Amino acid sequence: MSAGLPAVAGRRRNADRAARAGLLVLTLVALVPLVLIVFELLSKGLGAWSWTFFTTDPTGRFLGDPGGIRSAIIGSIVMVAIATAIAVPIGIGVALYLVEYGKSSRFADVVRYFVDVMTGVPSVVFGLFVYIVLVVSQIGGTFAGWKGSVALALLMLPVVTRSGEVVLNLVPDGLREAALALGAPRWRVVARIVLPTALPGLTTGSLLAVARAAGETAPLLFTVAFVNGLSLDPSARMNSLPLQIFNDVGQAQDRLVQRAWGAALTLVVLILLVTLLARFIQKRSRLA
Amino acid sequence: MTPPYTRPTTSPKDMTELETGGRDPERASVAERTDGAQARVIAPAKGRTIALRDLNAYYGDTHAVRGVSLDYAANQVTAMIGPSGCGKSTLVRCINRMHEEVPGARAEGQVTLDDIDIYGDGVDPTSVRRVVGMVFQKPNPFPTMSIFDNVAAGIRLSGTRGVDLRERVEWALACAGLWDEVRDRLGAPGVGLSGGQQQRLCIARTIAVEPEVILMDEPCSALDPIATLRIEDLIQDLKERYTIVIVTHNMQQAARVADTTAFMLNGELIEHAPTEKIFSQPADTRTEEYVTGKFG
Amino acid sequence: MAAGSISATGDRPNLGRSPGSRLDPWMQYVLTGLAALILALIGFFFVRLFVEARPAFDRFGYFGFVFDNNWDVSRSQYGAWPLLVGTLITSGIALVIGVPIAIAAALYVTELCPVRLRQPLTILLELLAAVPSVVYGLWGIFVLAPKLLPAEKWFSDTVSFLPFVGGTVSIPNYFVAGLILAIMILPIVSAIAREVMATVPVENKEAALALGATRWEMIRLAVLPYSRAGISGAAMLGLGRAIGETIAVTIVIGNAPNVGKSVFSQGYTLAAVIANEFGEAASDPIHRAALIAAGLVLFVLTLFVNAIARAFVNRGVRRERIVPQGMAG
Repeated sequence: MSAGLPAVAGRRRNADRAARAGLLVLTLVALVPLVLIVFELLSKGLGAWSWTFFTTDPTGRFLGDPGGIRSAIIGSIVMVAIATAIAVPIGIGVALYLVEYGKSSRFADVVRYFVDVMTGVPSVVFGLFVYIVLVVSQIGGTFAGWKGSVALALLMLPVVTRSGEVVLNLVPDGLREAALALGAPRWRVVARIVLPTALPGLTTGSLLAVARAAGETAPLLFTVAFVNGLSLDPSARMNSLPLQIFNDVGQAQDRLVQRAWGAALTLVVLILLVTLLARFIQKRSRLA
Repeated sequence: MTPPYTRPTTSPKDMTELETGGRDPERASVAERTDGAQARVIAPAKGRTIALRDLNAYYGDTHAVRGVSLDYAANQVTAMIGPSGCGKSTLVRCINRMHEEVPGARAEGQVTLDDIDIYGDGVDPTSVRRVVGMVFQKPNPFPTMSIFDNVAAGIRLSGTRGVDLRERVEWALACAGLWDEVRDRLGAPGVGLSGGQQQRLCIARTIAVEPEVILMDEPCSALDPIATLRIEDLIQDLKERYTIVIVTHNMQQAARVADTTAFMLNGELIEHAPTEKIFSQPADTRTEEYVTGKFG
Repeated sequence: MAAGSISATGDRPNLGRSPGSRLDPWMQYVLTGLAALILALIGFFFVRLFVEARPAFDRFGYFGFVFDNNWDVSRSQYGAWPLLVGTLITSGIALVIGVPIAIAAALYVTELCPVRLRQPLTILLELLAAVPSVVYGLWGIFVLAPKLLPAEKWFSDTVSFLPFVGGTVSIPNYFVAGLILAIMILPIVSAIAREVMATVPVENKEAALALGATRWEMIRLAVLPYSRAGISGAAMLGLGRAIGETIAVTIVIGNAPNVGKSVFSQGYTLAAVIANEFGEAASDPIHRAALIAAGLVLFVLTLFVNAIARAFVNRGVRRERIVPQGMAG
């Protein structure tokens, strides 16, 4: 300690050191589960991966070859694609309303509030709702892939709208005013100026919603029901990765659990790819 | 005129003295405050001299301060002037080691307080900042704290044992010329004050921990002319007790408050001289061009 | 069809409605309609859930359904108390374990860690959110729960004098479920806490440092007081997540419909009961109504928690709006 400067009391210095160390340790603790899960996923999941794992459907046999996860992968992709086709246009439409028309009107605030409410609704409750409205009422049969898509779309909708609103708000008003001042009608300003400018951000928000929906299990449980075989028809029951994993876990047979790990790794890799794509587009976006 | 303080205090010889309130403020405080003369509250003491030797400061690859050597005399006000981006704020932030808080920023060279190298090995920036206080461009009272707690915040850090917190806060507020305006609402939020009052609150917060040097980084740039004038008067009073370095973009302000003025350009020190000389007969043509408004 | 186009003959532009703008009101109607659709959906949603749950409420009463400690499918008795208790215990454990770690990580990333590490650390913390619920369940029941068992047994035997500790320890239990939930809410709580802390003005932090505060003192002086409301909101949002989380909990809680004796007992939660008993209830109207009623209770509970969370977060972050990082599973 140099003479002449007031020393920081040892107590304060120690408190500072202890707090820094404590925060570092807790941060590392937060990363421990990630390391453990990734380790297990890789060590158990990679062992399950093989060519036939991805090219055969589950057999449903109690003994012998359990089959692969082809129908689960394809079913997941089909259902999430339909969900995206429903949720993204509506979600962005609502976001456009909030930014271009609603602004801070009473009605817009109410809509905003309820979009927030939707964000907090547990996915299992959305599943129940779609079950009541679409399955119990026997609209187009009982369980069907498209009904699962509707449930997933309900989950994606608030995410798309909220992120869409943020991105659309980032489009500078100057751009809108410049176009309006040229005499362009409002819808053209939106279609030609606002949406293209916000496109990368809107894509990012939608892709993040896709990533979330792809991992959801609970809403599919009541709306699609589980099936082994491959189906490309969304009006019939479809398999999906999350349901495949859930079912295999429930059977607690080594062979099936092995398949569950393989499917889990596949699902996580797919979700990560979508997330990475979203972040990549976000980085290249001109808006923040 | 003999200032009405009771005992002139000397600079504390060691830290123990400072930690327990070596330059006891109360002796010069409350009794004299009531007769209204603000300056009387501030009992003279010796501030520290500061010497910069070949100081260089960087932000990443940007070389913001280039080899500056400069001496600040104790109990004097030194103004740092120069066009924006000339490195004057960066230079001042090196004196209390705030510069290094900016990510990617570093400083090289020597800064000594009396004869202590504050960039020497084993020097804790925290101790440096206790001795070298700082007032910022934008008034920055802690938004969640009352007026009282804002002033007390620094004292509480180093422990309030042996300190009469209330008295010290009152003294600091009185030194900053704010006591009479806030005495009835010490519990009110600090951010509820006007801009000028907030800045004086920040000055009170700074002097409450009893520093020996006060750095001011354009303290009036966010204030109206009346509030600015009050702060300038205050600076004149404060130099009785502290060494003051003030960064300003306002040359009239430098002329009004500073004993000496230093002109910086592109990170280099061009000239440092008594204020009168800088503004009337500067040695360097660039200084002359700047003070006469040829560029800016 | 450029708006207000001047014709080739040099006529003056028509100042009336230009042909292009005829679509304008339509766009407004359609977009407003979509927004109204959201409101209609939520209203319809609530009404339908309520109508379908009615038989259970009629049979057991609102109070009886929620507070009777009696969920017995074989005897057609449906009192949701054990489920509600399970939900509260597991999400309580998640909060106690997850929130301090999430806040510590947020503080470390925003205030302490070297700038170079900030981005990688943030990405790693967010990665936890990319793992789906069912994978947490898989990992929880086959890896975490068995490995934790010896430690739980030791703890249970050593401090059995504490309330709600001691007695038998089962592999699936409240604590494991709570721990998994803690991991699952960590990324969202940490992300919102980071966002809130990022709004602390740099002037306040510099003010603290210039007074001679250490880093930790700066955090306590400038960062925590300013972001307190936002951090509380983040914790409440995490609680809302934990309450609604379904599949992972269904897999690791043991699905026993009674109030467990200790935190190491098997239990059930509102969300888990729906996922687990749904298949068998399809043909039993009162069982189905009871499950939907459980869903309604869950819905109301999350609405309540999220409303509090939003109030906190909005106050903490002022006008900046927070993009949800995802949703409950």
